[in-house]
Amino acid sequence: MSNKIATAGNMGKKVRSDCFVTLELKDSGGISIEQKSKVQVMYGESNKKLCEDILSFFEIKNAQLTIEDSGALPLVIAARIEAAVKELIDTDKEYLLDIIEENKYTSEKEQFRFSRLYLPGNTPSMMLNAGIHDPNGIILDLEDSVAFNKKKEAQLLVRNALRGINFYGAERMVRINQFPKGLEDIKYLIPHNVHMLLVPKCEGADQIKQLEVKIDELRKQHKVERPIYLMPIIESALGVEKAFEIATASENVVAMAIGLEDYTADLGARRTNEAVESFYARTRMVNACKAARIQAIDSVFSDVADMDALRENVKTSKGLGFEGMGCIHPRQIKVIHESFAPEAEEIDKAKKIVNAFIDATEKGLGVVSLGTKMIDPPVVKRAEKTINLAISLGLISENWREEFLNEQAG
Amino acid sequence: MAKKYADLVKNAVGRMVPTEVNGQKQVPFQGVGKFKPETSKHGPKIVSCADFPEDGNKEVTSLKEALVKAGLKDGMTISTHHHFRNGDLLANKIFDIAKELGVKDLRWVPSASFPCHEHLIQYLEDGTIHHIEGSMNGPLGRFASYGKMRGLGVLRSHGGRYQAIQDGEVKIDIAIIGAACADPFGNANGLYGSSASGLLGFALADSQYADKVIVVTDNMVPFPCIPWQIQGNYVDYTVQVDQVGIPEKIVSGTTQITKSPDRLLLAEMTAQLCWEAGIIRDGFSFQSGAGGTSLAVGDYFAKIMRKEGIKARFARGGSNKYLVSMLEEGLIEYILDGQTFDLKGVQSMADNPNHVWTSPFTSYNYHGKGNFAGLVDVVILGATEVDVNFNANVVTHSDGLLLHGIGGWQNCLFSKTVILPIPLFRDRIPVILDEVTTICGPGELIDVIVTERGIAINPKRKDLIEALKDSTLPIKTIEELKDEAEKICGKPAKANFDDELVAVIKWVDGTIIDSVRKVKP
Amino acid sequence: MVPTEINGKEVIPFKGIGKHKPTGRKYAPPIPTVIDYPEDGNKVIGSLKEALQKCGLKDGMTISTHHHLRNGDLVSNTIFDTAAEMGVKDLVWFPSASFPCNEPIIKHLESGVVNRIEGSMNGPLGRFVSQGKMKGTAVLRSHGGRVQAIQDGEVQIDIAVLAAPSSDAFGNGNALNGPSACGVLGYATADFRYADKVIVVTDNLVDFPNMPMEIEGNYVDFVVVVDKIGIPEKIVSGTTQITKSPDRLLIAELTARFLQESEILKDGCYMQAGAGGTSLAIGHYVHQILKEKGWKSKLGFGGSTKYMVQMLEEGTMEHIMDAQAFDLDAVASIDKNKNHHQYPVFNAYNYHSKGNLTSMMDIMILGATEVDVNFNGNVATHSDGYLLHGIGGWQNCLHAKNVILPIPLFRDRIPVIKDEVTTICGPGEMIDIIVTERGIAINPKRKDLIEKMKGSNLPIKTIEELKAEAEAICGPSQKPNLSDEIVAAIKWVDGTVIDVVRKVID
Repeated sequence: MSNKIATAGNMGKKVRSDCFVTLELKDSGGISIEQKSKVQVMYGESNKKLCEDILSFFEIKNAQLTIEDSGALPLVIAARIEAAVKELIDTDKEYLLDIIEENKYTSEKEQFRFSRLYLPGNTPSMMLNAGIHDPNGIILDLEDSVAFNKKKEAQLLVRNALRGINFYGAERMVRINQFPKGLEDIKYLIPHNVHMLLVPKCEGADQIKQLEVKIDELRKQHKVERPIYLMPIIESALGVEKAFEIATASENVVAMAIGLEDYTADLGARRTNEAVESFYARTRMVNACKAARIQAIDSVFSDVADMDALRENVKTSKGLGFEGMGCIHPRQIKVIHESFAPEAEEIDKAKKIVNAFIDATEKGLGVVSLGTKMIDPPVVKRAEKTINLAISLGLISENWREEFLNEQAG
Repeated sequence: MAKKYADLVKNAVGRMVPTEVNGQKQVPFQGVGKFKPETSKHGPKIVSCADFPEDGNKEVTSLKEALVKAGLKDGMTISTHHHFRNGDLLANKIFDIAKELGVKDLRWVPSASFPCHEHLIQYLEDGTIHHIEGSMNGPLGRFASYGKMRGLGVLRSHGGRYQAIQDGEVKIDIAIIGAACADPFGNANGLYGSSASGLLGFALADSQYADKVIVVTDNMVPFPCIPWQIQGNYVDYTVQVDQVGIPEKIVSGTTQITKSPDRLLLAEMTAQLCWEAGIIRDGFSFQSGAGGTSLAVGDYFAKIMRKEGIKARFARGGSNKYLVSMLEEGLIEYILDGQTFDLKGVQSMADNPNHVWTSPFTSYNYHGKGNFAGLVDVVILGATEVDVNFNANVVTHSDGLLLHGIGGWQNCLFSKTVILPIPLFRDRIPVILDEVTTICGPGELIDVIVTERGIAINPKRKDLIEALKDSTLPIKTIEELKDEAEKICGKPAKANFDDELVAVIKWVDGTIIDSVRKVKP
Repeated sequence: MVPTEINGKEVIPFKGIGKHKPTGRKYAPPIPTVIDYPEDGNKVIGSLKEALQKCGLKDGMTISTHHHLRNGDLVSNTIFDTAAEMGVKDLVWFPSASFPCNEPIIKHLESGVVNRIEGSMNGPLGRFVSQGKMKGTAVLRSHGGRVQAIQDGEVQIDIAVLAAPSSDAFGNGNALNGPSACGVLGYATADFRYADKVIVVTDNLVDFPNMPMEIEGNYVDFVVVVDKIGIPEKIVSGTTQITKSPDRLLIAELTARFLQESEILKDGCYMQAGAGGTSLAIGHYVHQILKEKGWKSKLGFGGSTKYMVQMLEEGTMEHIMDAQAFDLDAVASIDKNKNHHQYPVFNAYNYHSKGNLTSMMDIMILGATEVDVNFNGNVATHSDGYLLHGIGGWQNCLHAKNVILPIPLFRDRIPVIKDEVTTICGPGEMIDIIVTERGIAINPKRKDLIEKMKGSNLPIKTIEELKAEAEAICGPSQKPNLSDEIVAAIKWVDGTVIDVVRKVID
């Protein structure tokens, strides 16, 4: 390669928990590392060791590495340096820090997806605390929120984030780039316990099928046994027309979302609060999802300051049959959860199911039935989730079953 | 010139502190509520009306003239207040004049300094100012941290500053009090005029105990200037200038609740905790500052109070539009205010009789017969660091640099419940440590640490632990929180200190609780 | 002749106005600490006795009280009853004023519980002192002089017992609410700031924070709750009344005309008029003039009354600065009118401060029991030598720009203008105008006024002419029969002794 100098990462007054690295390959002189760090006193030494380790991993012997650090975690520094290295050196090697224990959980097809929080894929400061806000899912975004010239470093950062950042039980989603560019993203994701891929501007079943082929290759290669779920996003007139086809393209498509910004642009209509212009698309998409027995997920609500409007919006959404929506600010999560919260009737039904399940388990029965109806395990699971959700939202008490049994008895 | 400091001993929190600072004897911290003063308050010189103009007009033509008439000379102690915050134009001017007059070795005792006072570094360098006793923010703190100040810095809380002046520990030769509004007699307030910041409470001790008092205003009104937050009977000279402060840097047009989701979460958890612990109840009282998180705590309190039909008897300021709207809505009966942070706060203090201005004397002075801080049910504070013994630091960062003042923080620790909503780490810097860099407040006074990843209750507060044992809030031990922070950020190395001291931290009773050491650049 | 030692303490003889320059430092009270006070701020204690005990009441101590409850005060007497019960002796009572209701103190003066009173002595107590029956020598001070004495450490208060019409458990007190509401508590400011121990006594305990906090709880040791601190109708009059006496009304009218013609009364002037019948009448006439001219007084200095409040409300006065409220309208006005301010004597009168309000006043209307041909005034004793009044703010007010004494030429055959006053309370150089029903005398020192009033058709005379006129009517009077024994000293505003009061021989 002719290039001798590469950079990666971000710097500037408002940049936090990130770093900007400049790597210059030299012909001689060994390794020289220069740090300008907010945390020099506390982590200067350990950062230096990390840098040396990475350079030696990529077999770089002579180089000047400069890091301007605004409090980046090791996984961020590593991603940035690796990105710079890969600008200069052609290599398939990957510098991987250990995946933390807490990140080894999985997700279920049937789980609640009321909220999913978008996190720009090249902004580490927003990822660190995303999980503490308790979204159902987090989305590390490689698509629209990442500048064109930052796509590569974002892939590495997202990979490292999937391994090293604790999202506290949120479903681990990544929005890949549009077809076909998105196909290049997934090798950084599949081996690292990504739960679900969001497929933007999906316009046909073939896109999903091609993606699946690639996913399966990687799964085999990296011995990933669990399925990778897919959530195609319908963002165009054509996509709407092909909604059912897409929804049924693979059994791993467990949910489908609609993206209204692009859709209305495609229509040539203005996006309004009343959303009359997208009514058809939304109902059509919901219908396709229900027909395919998957979850229908609504677009994001973009006014992050107006919680009342958001609440209204979610109510409408739920009324149309949607089962979740996107968030662009963590404060939206609670409002969305409350608004998608199960209603009294749902909770009652769930109580009966869960109670029957507990009864059956106590009696050692293999089959759960309610009245004359057999109840499938996923339904039980879902009812349990409804109950847990109702508890966590303070709608019922933790001792609900005692009360339930008392009511039944008396 | 006296030595900067001498004779270090280990104090009651195990920190090495000097027993002599800038030539004055010092008492090491002996534990909370242990040191009892046995001396008398400072008795200022008796003056006579015979020496003051009969018509009450004490105006002189310039600040320079006032300073000359007040007898400004080498080695004097000059005090100012910080109600103009980062918009203060006065302190810099005072020392410009001192420089012009060739005066040396002054001691500056501000109630706080701000980045706008970076200008004074040149005078610390050339010897016009010998040292600063007062909070050192930003550039001045950095300067002090590198050991460049001739004398030793002395940091006091707002209440500690009142105590030190009252007790004669700091004898002020000339107090210069900037006022948004004043009359020629020297009656002054902070309520009216372009530099309005609500009140002048931080200058109260200065006016009462200084030898000479100069009031400087850009809004001279005919006698009587009402209310007289500063009493003209204590004032020697009044001066009119074009501008005492830059309005937009004094108060914000409007304060805003943080939009940071992490801080909002902290605030919400804090409010939830107060509700579940039974602290939010009819007639309770609270203090929550003007930082983003604190504002949000107040807002969440309001939501709970509205929903549950609860009224607070009083809230302590710094006030802001959110607190004012709670007062106006009837959620709070009184605001007892130490400073106003936005224009709505200033306006309310001027108009609403239930919005009362207070001073560090009534609120914070530990050498009084009680103070208000101790009567507050719950106070929400911040910290740069907390350790596993709940000791907390507000002045230095983990890299050892002195960058903040103590403010009213130490004084507020005497509230019935002290809650610190703080992030577990900031830009990879863990906030909960084995040991804080500087002890500003002993752990026994800090009750709850709320972080986004869990809440730690001081084991001493068995009542709170009991009250919250069935809570769904993520209650953990402080050690668990510390481990969690270290797991994410990595275990931090210790700052690299020189042995040399650059400042001491006073406790509210005038004893020394900790020392700040020079940072190796 | 004045002594250089009183009650074992050295004193300085009066040196002339503005001549005595203090050199010392203000009194420095002991430093308290929060450690010694309850954490919850509740300083309420079972009884006054318990409070006095906890304050360490013992022989020889100085006990201070204020007089805002006037003749309805129920607290002061109780203190000394309690002291007597406890067997304590030789106390010094240091009230800001005493009233006829304090007559029961006489028995404690007789029994030795109280050694002496330092403070104004009205009526029965004054008579007791005049007869030489008090063990110690009385010391009379002006309101401002009392503040000065406390501030300068001349009088060190061991225990201040401060009645408060409302207080919270922390000791924040004010006088706006409760059955004994009297408007302000400004006479107590110096007491709580400088006393070693402070007890607040209230019959109206309210929740913290009691606003406004005229007494700052941060200075208070104990709060005692009692059934009743005062008899409301004796604290403030339901309503003050302008005199109906034709003679006094004439004096008032002459005074108002003089003020107008001399142009002392002008737009924006600072004025004070007391609560006596004549003063109220002067206020009334001045009000009429202001209205006619469309003028406004910038500020009025209280004691306030409903008449002053009227001016405030009608806009002929911008501010009232108030040291005491004399009637219920005034109390109500302090509570609700933003321009009616509580103004402690600490700020208004203290001569040992960096200036005070009195020297800025344009119009100052005062009284006197006697005036002499040198314009010296007496307010403490009568012509028979009896000490029957306190000085109040009188000496302090003499510092005003124009001091006017509207007084009758004689009262029941007792001439008011004499060759020499019995007791000099204020030096003549500070008294500018004497207005009597038979003529107005201008101090020769005030050439400006004499010049201005040339050509006036007001009856301007010399003071000697007035004196002669009084003597012509009443006949020359005898001097009172006084012994050499000194029973009281009169302090000047700077703490020096300006005169003494001698024992009356019956």
